[in-house]
Amino acid sequence: MTTSTTVPRAGRWERLRDSYLLYSFKRDLVAQLSLLIFIAMVAVAILAPWLAPMNPYDLAQIDIMASEMPPFWMAGSDDAYLLGTDAQGRDLLSTILYGARVSLIIGFGAVALQAALGICFGLLAGYLGGRIDAFLMRLADIQLSFSTLMVAIVVGALVKAIFGSSTFSAYAVPLLVLIIGLAEWPQYARTVRASVLAEKGKEYVDAARTMGLPSRRIMFRHILPNTLSPIFVISTVQVANAIISEAALSFLGLGMPETHPSLGSLIKSGFDYLQSGSWWITLIPGAVLVALVLVINLLGDWLRDVLNPRLYKG
Amino acid sequence: MIAFLVKRLFHALLVMFVISLIAFAIQENLGDPIQQMVGQSVPESEREALREELGLNDPFFVQYLRFAGNAAQLDFGYSYNFNQPTMEVIARHLPATLELVAAATFLIVFLSVPIGVYSAIKPRAWLSRFFMGVSIVGISIPVFLTAIVLIQLFAIGVSWTPFPADTGWGSWLNGVITTDGGMPAYGRGNPVPVFGTWTTNFATLEGLTYLVLPAISLASIMLPLFIRLIRAEMLEVLQSDYVKFARAKGIPLRRIYFLHALKNTMLPVITVGGVQIGTLVAYTILTETVFQWPGMGLMFLDAIERSDIPLIVAYLMIVGLIFVITNTLVDLIYGLVNPTVKLTGRPA
Amino acid sequence: MALLDVNHLDVRFGMRRGELQALRDVSFSLDRGERLGIVGESGAGKSVAAFSLLNLIGKPGYIAGGTIRFDGQELTSMSDRELRHIRGHRVSMIFQDPMMTLNPVLSVGEQMVECLKAHRRISKREARAIALHKLEQVQIPSPEARLDQYPHELSGGMRQRVIIAIALLLDPDIIIADEPTTALDVTIQAEIMALLLELCEKHNVALILITHDLGVVSQVTQRMLVMYAGRVIEQGPTREIINDPQHPYTQGLMNALPQMATPGSRLNQIPGSMPSLDNLPSGCAFHPRCGFVQRDDGSHRRACEDNIPGFVTSGNCQVACHMVAEMLERDRIPAEETSR
Repeated sequence: MTTSTTVPRAGRWERLRDSYLLYSFKRDLVAQLSLLIFIAMVAVAILAPWLAPMNPYDLAQIDIMASEMPPFWMAGSDDAYLLGTDAQGRDLLSTILYGARVSLIIGFGAVALQAALGICFGLLAGYLGGRIDAFLMRLADIQLSFSTLMVAIVVGALVKAIFGSSTFSAYAVPLLVLIIGLAEWPQYARTVRASVLAEKGKEYVDAARTMGLPSRRIMFRHILPNTLSPIFVISTVQVANAIISEAALSFLGLGMPETHPSLGSLIKSGFDYLQSGSWWITLIPGAVLVALVLVINLLGDWLRDVLNPRLYKG
Repeated sequence: MIAFLVKRLFHALLVMFVISLIAFAIQENLGDPIQQMVGQSVPESEREALREELGLNDPFFVQYLRFAGNAAQLDFGYSYNFNQPTMEVIARHLPATLELVAAATFLIVFLSVPIGVYSAIKPRAWLSRFFMGVSIVGISIPVFLTAIVLIQLFAIGVSWTPFPADTGWGSWLNGVITTDGGMPAYGRGNPVPVFGTWTTNFATLEGLTYLVLPAISLASIMLPLFIRLIRAEMLEVLQSDYVKFARAKGIPLRRIYFLHALKNTMLPVITVGGVQIGTLVAYTILTETVFQWPGMGLMFLDAIERSDIPLIVAYLMIVGLIFVITNTLVDLIYGLVNPTVKLTGRPA
Repeated sequence: MALLDVNHLDVRFGMRRGELQALRDVSFSLDRGERLGIVGESGAGKSVAAFSLLNLIGKPGYIAGGTIRFDGQELTSMSDRELRHIRGHRVSMIFQDPMMTLNPVLSVGEQMVECLKAHRRISKREARAIALHKLEQVQIPSPEARLDQYPHELSGGMRQRVIIAIALLLDPDIIIADEPTTALDVTIQAEIMALLLELCEKHNVALILITHDLGVVSQVTQRMLVMYAGRVIEQGPTREIINDPQHPYTQGLMNALPQMATPGSRLNQIPGSMPSLDNLPSGCAFHPRCGFVQRDDGSHRRACEDNIPGFVTSGNCQVACHMVAEMLERDRIPAEETSR
């Protein structure tokens, strides 16, 4: 391949590493803290089975007599339950660790699915144009105008109605990944399409086409690498969105069952006990959820500031 | 103007067609009206006769046309659960949701524009940084969690804090954090009837207090989003050549900010606003669930819980219709603000 | 006294990685009705110079030192509010890209009327009449209809005419035109330039023309400045500089013109490219590219590498170059240091 058609792909990572990305990361305390907290939360969630004092899925370990125990700093707490217990007597710290794990698995899984769908559709729409473009983008428009959460709620409700509650509960994780993934692909498709349209006019694409390279190769090997920055930026936001969407679905009873809780279903199960004064069952998992989403959003903000091509315009 | 309207109308019809197909597919596959109309004891032959009589054995296409025809007259059959025409059930729940959305929209519009503009004009001021910090926390808190926290703070009250009450700062913090609660947090109270099934919370002070917490919750996720959007767009517009040129012309800053810049800022904001109406409706489901607000969202969840298929179908169609109408309105407003959209037939 | 007197103007940009000196020690003056050209490559600081005159450099740029006296008033110490009454009124500007300069959501008429109303107590009706009159002066076809049109309905050439009309609205003393024809179609560039000149002459408006086009400068202006890396390196009467450039950089620019090349041979060019402002070479910023320095064996080279050259007077021109100073010295022509 001649040099004129080589996409600046190999050097991309090195250039980013050497220049602005690392430089600005070193200077941005908020970004550093966010990344640190995020990594810590992911690590703790992954290691939940080894770290958690008890296994909340194991009915044998649950002591119903110990239900609604307050966290350690309040009167009437038990040292065995650092953050107290929920209404079923499960150790709250353990359920939160396991719950964060479920939330993260669904969040990342859903984003992987929507990214795969969205990137393929976006590339196709942007590169091929014409009727395929019009169809895909109209579909994306309609779906977006309904809002991704609405689509997820409706699809979730239907899936639950079709399969019945017990089947839905058994396969909740893959089903939620599917529902949220299907609901949110338009975000990726639009972003990728916009970048493709911008890249398509550039000379290296013309050069690759004149050389007679097949469309698929041009799309994936030449154009896609040059649209990575925006994909990277929206991915962080999308993970945060997916985690919130999962929590919302679970809160509405269309997500993870209480026997296998995510952070959202923990909040839901605790909500009923708010009036009786046991605020910790709902608010502590809530705080964890907010912290998780917040650090992801802060990282996304920082990435957008650093990578946004608009900023280099002037 | 006419071409624009026709195009929008065509688009709207297309969307309604897609929605109706989905709704019809749901009705076809999930709802068995026979099961609901007669009990288990009725023999199969009688069921079959009834099925024939109701046209349930007709081809898909014929059945869809019948469904669409009924839908055009807003007839979606009887709710299984309420045993009333679905439209009556919806009409009873619609005002609550519309009032909630109206109150939230009011909060969003009248807070996001000034805050967004301010933090774009003075990006380094501490107040701007504060708004930005609060807004990123704001978009990270799910609506239902905001609602729960609001209920804990203002309805239930907080009597205990971890701070020592015998120190000065501790008792001060206690004073700040502890609340008596007492705000109404569940239901609509006693809304005043206006006409027909329409009842309102806006008529009395007591009604308004019921609206406060739900409206704040519903606005809580959209507000930071719009603040950030307006700020980002405005910052970009302020960098543009036409703003610099306006400064070079000696136009007063106030006019530059609030006419030159704001008008251009609002174009993308209006577009996003149109898209976000859908999200707002989705969030009404969550907000209404937490506050037991007797609106369409709560009704919809209830319908799902009880597999009340006609009501689900009717909800989807009505919500779809509301989306389509609002989106078309937003497009029209966009066209009026943006002169590059040919809206009016100006003589060339 | 000159209409505009700029002395030792320093402009800096406070960047995240430290300060950039965008303009260094820029001095020039402009008389009533005079036409001054500012020439240089992109990045030389021409536009910064233009924008800093009315303190329109956006953040993070700021005027760090020097004075700008306009008609007896000191502009650098004025508040934004006071400056507003000068901008567009006494001194107006024409931007480079007419496609971006007019606000897309306001009609042409609105954008003209608001300018008049910002500076004069005037009714909307009177303002419209003046606007119409100015549109007629810039020879726009069917001016009456244009008032109610939006920028996207006009071509690039017509928009630039509208912008010229706006610049002339309040009969200013000075028009600063920042590459007013670069973004236009080649076919209408000359037309717009001729129009601008004609109107400036007719209304006795002084013109500061910023361009990288030496041809235009030589035809249009009476005096010129050559800028390099944020400094003025040569200034004087246009004809003298064009006929006999002193500074090696100016000579290089002249040689690079296509008409200077022998037909059939390659075009001449100055080797290398202009340094970026955050990485200026020591001494004379031009020395790494300067042919004389490359050929020199030692003695002068040190001066060029170590010391920033001051101005020497050669004929009616001022040149900032060690080599030129040396030559003048050698020719026993008294080389006065300019009063600084």
